[in-house]
Amino acid sequence: MTIEAQLHLKRDNFTLDAMFCVPSHGITALFGPSGCGKTTLLRAIAGLEKETRGRFVIGDTVWQDETRCLPTHQRELGYVFQEASLFEHLSVRQNLEYGLKRLPVETPRFDFDQAVTLLDLAALLPRQPARLSGGERQRVAIARALLSSPQLLLMDEPLAALDQQRKREILPFFARLHSELDIPMLYVSHAADEVARLADHLVLLNDGRVQASGPIAEMLTRADLPLAHDHDAAAIIEATVSGHDTQFGLTQLTFPGGQLSVPQPGSGSGLPIGQAVRLRVLARDVSLTLKQQTGTSILNIVPVTITALNAENAENVIQPTAQLLVQLDVNGVPLLARITRKSAMALALESGKAVFAQIKAIALLD
Amino acid sequence: MLSETDILALWTTLKLAGLTTIILLLLGTPLAWWLAHSRFRYKVIVEALVALPLILPPTVLGFYLLIMLGPNGPLGPLMQSLGIQSLAFTFTGLVIGSVFYSLPFVVQPLQNAFAAIGRRPLEVAATLRARPMDQFFSVVLPLARPGYITAAVLGFAHTVGEFGVVLMIGGNIPGETQVLSIAIYDHVEALEYGQAHVLSGGLLLLSFILLLTVYTLNRRYRLTST
Repeated sequence: MTIEAQLHLKRDNFTLDAMFCVPSHGITALFGPSGCGKTTLLRAIAGLEKETRGRFVIGDTVWQDETRCLPTHQRELGYVFQEASLFEHLSVRQNLEYGLKRLPVETPRFDFDQAVTLLDLAALLPRQPARLSGGERQRVAIARALLSSPQLLLMDEPLAALDQQRKREILPFFARLHSELDIPMLYVSHAADEVARLADHLVLLNDGRVQASGPIAEMLTRADLPLAHDHDAAAIIEATVSGHDTQFGLTQLTFPGGQLSVPQPGSGSGLPIGQAVRLRVLARDVSLTLKQQTGTSILNIVPVTITALNAENAENVIQPTAQLLVQLDVNGVPLLARITRKSAMALALESGKAVFAQIKAIALLD
Repeated sequence: MLSETDILALWTTLKLAGLTTIILLLLGTPLAWWLAHSRFRYKVIVEALVALPLILPPTVLGFYLLIMLGPNGPLGPLMQSLGIQSLAFTFTGLVIGSVFYSLPFVVQPLQNAFAAIGRRPLEVAATLRARPMDQFFSVVLPLARPGYITAAVLGFAHTVGEFGVVLMIGGNIPGETQVLSIAIYDHVEALEYGQAHVLSGGLLLLSFILLLTVYTLNRRYRLTST
């Protein structure tokens, strides 16, 4: 099952011309710089931009095509706006029930108590929205969207209006939505760390057009896309917890390319064995060696194959820069390394060559 | 203390103001909604027309209405086909005049309330499966409550205080078109200062209480919702 979009919208100073097709499960991030049309695209998908032309199909449900266009209230969606738009005249409970009450009788319903538990809202139910914090308001908005039993959840930078602490407070709830529910989500964001953490798929937008789309691990490491050339360029690794080294406080992880160790997150007994985790490895934290080093303080060393070397050409600069972006393959998992051109020359690196990647730091994302 | 004609005038006034307010709330809602949300280029012309009674001498408004509603006016043939001779000097004519006269006092508070609410709550309601009419009644109406209270009280009070328009198109028929403000004028003309005092003082008090109510209600509403 897929989500298929082909939407056009013309404004005085902006044209949206977006075409993409992503699987209808998991979280798909609509990612791009400010002003690239992410929010407009999301609104067009929801039917909130009346002049939108084109086609939008989710699974076998057509929301819009050449002959018809369902109004927003007939699309089975849940929409979370950037700033939580709770109804100020209704209590939290009444806000949650607003969408629930308007569902057709035959529609299978999302369980009220499950939504309340999932987003930890029990204590807030009798309150008025005006008495909630920003993070609490956003949680209510998410639960309210869930309770309208959507076929597709649309999230417009739901964390953008929150400070760092509130963001940290909400992110675990998204991870829960992701792991416990089977509702596909389109998630608008311009924050690379949020996307790396949450998304399964990525639709990259630029100036109203889709530049590329695909699975997150691939999209982050493609040399023809700007993401891999960012200062914070990174690869994503999906791994599972395979053991704990209590003596040194390390957590052992298994991924298709081998074993990795990371410091145990937080306090307590650590993550349960078998738990799936997502890791982020910054390109600048990866160095390459021809032989497996001993006598190094670096814990994580994996054998890799070089797939390509790319010049990090800044725009309008003819002279090659000092650094190279090296694309690596670890048993099917893409990885990035940023090294100097000088080192590449000295080690005679070329595509197809087998080398060792030394990973200085790994961030555990969830 | 009040003579029989005074009581009749009081009743006519309340009936006129009440009916005018109800009509204005019904007509003013779609008009104010359109003014608050339309992107129509010449909307400003309609806005100026709505505001006109604020500055126009009531006699001017009354004069044109008298011509419009009279048997030889542009609406004459239409009225005759409905079996109406003339609406001038009738209670119905007075209601029509009052609707024009008090229009901005109802439309402007509603327009401001709708503009302040914006489109967002409607969009949210739409994403939660509410149909357009449902969106209006379940979200906009309750959120616009302070605007409606202001509009109703100002529309009512302003109609009670009407004089020039009534004089031009209503005349001074007890039980039909004689309202309080005209009755006061009559009393003063006849040097019946005592009765003029009773009616004037009563109107003063009524107007003050009405405004006090508006400000108290809107203040309380703001306090509970923020």
